Amino acid sequence: MAQTTQIAVLGAGPGGYAAAFYAADLGMQVTLIDEEKNPGGVCLYRGCIPSKALLHVAKVVDEAAHASKWGVTYGAPAIDVDKLRAYKQGVVDKLTAGVGSVAKLRKVNYVQGRATLTGPKSLKVTGASGDTDIQFEHLILATGSHPTKIPSLALDSPRMMDSTSGLELPDVPKSLLVVGGGYIGLELGTVYATIGSKVSVVEMTGGLLPGADRDLVQPLEKRLKTLFASIMLNTKVVKVAEEKDGIRVTFEGDVTEKEQLFDRVLVAIGRRPNSKVPGLDTTRVKVDAKGFIETDPQRRTAEPSIFAIGDVAGEPMLAHKASHEARVAVEAIAGHKAVFEPQAIPAVVFTDPEIAWCGLTEAQAKEQGVDVEVAKFPWGALSRAITVDRPEGLTKLVLEKSTGRVLGVGISGSGAGELIAEGVLAIEMGASAEDLKMVIHPHPTLSESVMEAAEVFFGQSTHVFKPKRK
Amino acid sequence: MIEFKVPELGENVASGDVAKVLVSVGDTVEKEQPVLELETDKATIEVPSSVAGVVKEVKVKKGDKVQVGSVIFTVDDGAAGNGAGKAAAAPAPAPAKAAAPAAEAKPETQPEPKAEAKPESKPDTKVLPMPQRQVAEAPPAPAPAPAAATASSLMPAAASPAVRRLAREIGVDINAVPGTGPAGRISLEDVKEHARRILSSVGSAGSPAAGGLAARASRPMPDFTKWGEVAREPWSNIRRVTSEHLSYSWNTVPHVTQFDKADVTALEELRKKYKDQVVKAGGNLTVTAMLVKVLATALQKFPQFNASIDPDRGEIIYKKYVNVGVAVDTDRGLLVPVIKDASRKNITQIAVELQQLAEKARDRKLTVDEMSGGSMSLSNLGGIGGTYFTPIVNWPEVAILGVSRGGTEPVWKNNQFEPRQMLPLSLSYDHRVIDGADAIRFLRWVVEAIEQPFLLSLIG
Repeated sequence: MAQTTQIAVLGAGPGGYAAAFYAADLGMQVTLIDEEKNPGGVCLYRGCIPSKALLHVAKVVDEAAHASKWGVTYGAPAIDVDKLRAYKQGVVDKLTAGVGSVAKLRKVNYVQGRATLTGPKSLKVTGASGDTDIQFEHLILATGSHPTKIPSLALDSPRMMDSTSGLELPDVPKSLLVVGGGYIGLELGTVYATIGSKVSVVEMTGGLLPGADRDLVQPLEKRLKTLFASIMLNTKVVKVAEEKDGIRVTFEGDVTEKEQLFDRVLVAIGRRPNSKVPGLDTTRVKVDAKGFIETDPQRRTAEPSIFAIGDVAGEPMLAHKASHEARVAVEAIAGHKAVFEPQAIPAVVFTDPEIAWCGLTEAQAKEQGVDVEVAKFPWGALSRAITVDRPEGLTKLVLEKSTGRVLGVGISGSGAGELIAEGVLAIEMGASAEDLKMVIHPHPTLSESVMEAAEVFFGQSTHVFKPKRK
Repeated sequence: MIEFKVPELGENVASGDVAKVLVSVGDTVEKEQPVLELETDKATIEVPSSVAGVVKEVKVKKGDKVQVGSVIFTVDDGAAGNGAGKAAAAPAPAPAKAAAPAAEAKPETQPEPKAEAKPESKPDTKVLPMPQRQVAEAPPAPAPAPAAATASSLMPAAASPAVRRLAREIGVDINAVPGTGPAGRISLEDVKEHARRILSSVGSAGSPAAGGLAARASRPMPDFTKWGEVAREPWSNIRRVTSEHLSYSWNTVPHVTQFDKADVTALEELRKKYKDQVVKAGGNLTVTAMLVKVLATALQKFPQFNASIDPDRGEIIYKKYVNVGVAVDTDRGLLVPVIKDASRKNITQIAVELQQLAEKARDRKLTVDEMSGGSMSLSNLGGIGGTYFTPIVNWPEVAILGVSRGGTEPVWKNNQFEPRQMLPLSLSYDHRVIDGADAIRFLRWVVEAIEQPFLLSLIG
C-alpha cells in the first residue's frame, strides 16, 4: 500500500503529536506514525503522566499521616497495589484515548507500526496489517529517548527495573535500591517509599539533583532523609548479582557497607536519544557524538526535508520543550521565520516538596560571571505555606544586579511546579523585579512568594525585614 | 587490540562521509598507509593509518558519517592474543600501551601561523556585536548550527516572544535593538524604530550599517513550472560553501578592479626554453607557476596586499609569510589550493607543487589545510578565454589577480608596430586597506616583473 502526505511525523509523544496537530491546524495533510495504539509516547504511557498519578497518591498518603499533628488521626494506610495500578492505568488510558480522538477530529492519518526510512522523502511502516509506503514532503523525527543502560548494571532479572518497569508497579518490594539521584529516581523512589518499600538511593555525584541550586534541593533532601532508608552520595554501583532472595549490590565510594542486598533495583541514570532510526543512513541526517540528531535553530536536520524535535534533538529532554520545538518545526515547514530560542525552559521535579526552576540558576550565574543579585523569600514567612503546614519552601529570583531584570527563578516547596510558570513568563517578557513587585498577587496564596521575593530585592518585603544594604 | 580512530582532520572539520574504505579484515596495514577516504565539506581526505598490524574488524562502510575520534577499524598487534593458550602464535608481544599513538595521529599541521579568520566560516555580518546569536534572522537555511548549544554567557536581549517574532520576520537582529523600556526591555516600537533607522541610513548614505536588513532576507521564488519544465537538484556542499563564501566576500569587501596588460614575449621565450627541464623535475612550467612567483615577490614589496582586516578589533593584520592561492576548476566546482611559502620557493618547485595540488584538487584529495592560509589568490582563466574580468577577493585576503587569455598584438615600439604577446591582467582589491594608487603601483610592479623576469632574481 502506498500513501503520500505533506508532513509525516515519526513518533507520537508530546513532541510528535503536537507537531501533527499543529500542522493539521495550519491546513497541512499529516501522517502520524507510532508503534502504540494511540498517540502519547513515553510521556503519557511510561513517563510524566503515570508517575504523576502515583505521586498524587503518595502525597495523599503522606498528608493523611501528617494529619495526626493537626488532630486528625487516620489508621495506617492499606495499599491495594492492583487497584493503585489500575487507577494509574486508567489515567493513562483516558489521556491516550483522548489524544487519539483529537487526532481523528483533526483528520490526522494515524499509522500504527514501526517505520524505516527509505530515503530523504520516503519511509515504510511495518504494522500489523502489512507494510505501508509513505512518500512525504517533510518528515519530523520525534522518536524520543529510552532509559540509559550501562554494562555494570546489565543483569537480566525481573528484580532489575528501569523507569518503565518501575512504573508498572509489579509489587511493593520490601527493599528497593534506586540507582541515580536525578528527578526520575527521586520521584519513583518517593512513590515506592510511600507505599511501603524501604528505599535507598545511590548517587555518583556529591548531591541529589545535580544541576539544581543547592538551596532549592536542601528542603527536599531533608525530607527524603526521613522518607528513605539511606541516601548514598559520592557512591557508585560497581556490581549487581542475583541471589536467591534478592540482588546483591556492590558499592564503591562514601559508603560503609560495601555490599547490600535489595529486593529490587531501579536504574534511573538518565535517558538516551532514540536516534538509531532504521534507514536514517539513507538520508543526510547527522547524529552528534552524544547520539542527538543535529539540527539548526529551526530544527531542520542536515537533510533539508527532515526535521527533528524533542528528546532525540537534544537536551533538555523534557516534554514541554518537545511540544514547543514541534511548533517551531511546523512553522518553519510552513515557511514562517520561526526559530527555537526560548529564554527559559522550566524544569520541575515532582517530589514532595517539589523543586522547579527556569532561566539562569544561581550556580550558572556564578560560573558565567554574570553580575546578579539573588533575592530569596523563605516560605516560613508565607501565610499560605503556614496554613498548610509546609513552611520549608523557598522562592528565589536571580536578578541582573544593575537593572533588576529577572534572569532566573527557582522555587522549592509544595506546588513549586505550578508556581514556576510565572517565572518563565517573567523571563520571556523581560520583566524586572519592579514589575513583579507591582503586580497584585492573590492573598493568601503561595504565588505571593514571587512578589515578595521581588520586594526583598528592594529591601521592602512586607513579611521579611531585611533592609537593603547601602 | 589497537583501535584506529579518525584523527584530527584540520581546522573546522569535525566529521566527514566515508567515500572509500581502503582496508578489509585480514589485511596487514602499516603506519602511514592510506586506509580511508573521507569526504568533508570541501575536500576528500585520504586518511593515513597511525597503527600497524592485521585488521581484525572494520567498523565503517562507504557512506557512513564519521566524526573525529570514531573508531574505523581495529588491528591485532599480537598483544591481546587470540584467546587463551594461543599466545605463541603472536611473535611480538607488544605491550598493550602501544595503543597510545593512535590518539596522537594528526596530519602534520602547518608550522607557519595562519590567517586569523577562517574562510569557511558562516557569512554572518561582523557589524553586529554578538555574532553568536545571529541565528534569529536566518531564513530557512539548511546549514545546521549547533542546537540549543548557544547557551552563551552573554545576556539575552530583553524582549518578549512576540517582539522577537516581529524582529525575525522583518529581518532585524533583536540583539542589535536598543531597548527603551525598564531594565532595557525591547518593545515592539523599539524594533520598528530600529528598522526605520536602518532603512533610512541605507536609503540616504548607503552606509554599511544596514546590518543585514532586507539585503539578506531571501525573497520568495516564482513558480518556474508555470513557464516550462524545470529540474531541481540538491545544492552540493562545495557549491553551497563557495556561494556562502563569495557572497560574504562580496558583501564585506568594497571591491575595485584595476586592469593592465603585460608583455609576455620574453617570458614566453624563457618558458619554452626551460620547460623540458621543469618537466623532468615533475612539473609544468606554466604562466600560472611563473605568476605565483611574481606575486610572491610582489607581496613582499607591498605588505598591505599581504594583510587582513579585523574590524572587531580595529586592527590590520600583516602577515609575515607569503602563501599564494591558485584557483582550480574541477568538475565539482571551484577550489583554491594554496602554495605555502611561495616566496622561498623557486619557480621549478612551485611548478611541481602546483601540478600536485591541481591533481589532488581534481581527485578530490585536497585537505582543508591545503586550501587555507592564503595571502593572495590567483585566478587564471586564460586557458579558456576572455579579455578581462572582475574577480572576487578571496576574503580574508585583500587582493586577487585575474589572468585572461594572452594574444599577439601590434605594439608601438622603436617607432614601429611590433607583434608582441600581451597578457591581460585584472587586479581586484579591498579598498579598505588598499588605495587606488597603491594598486596601480602593485600591478605595474607585477607587469614589469613579467616583462623583465630578471627583476625577480635581482630584487625578489
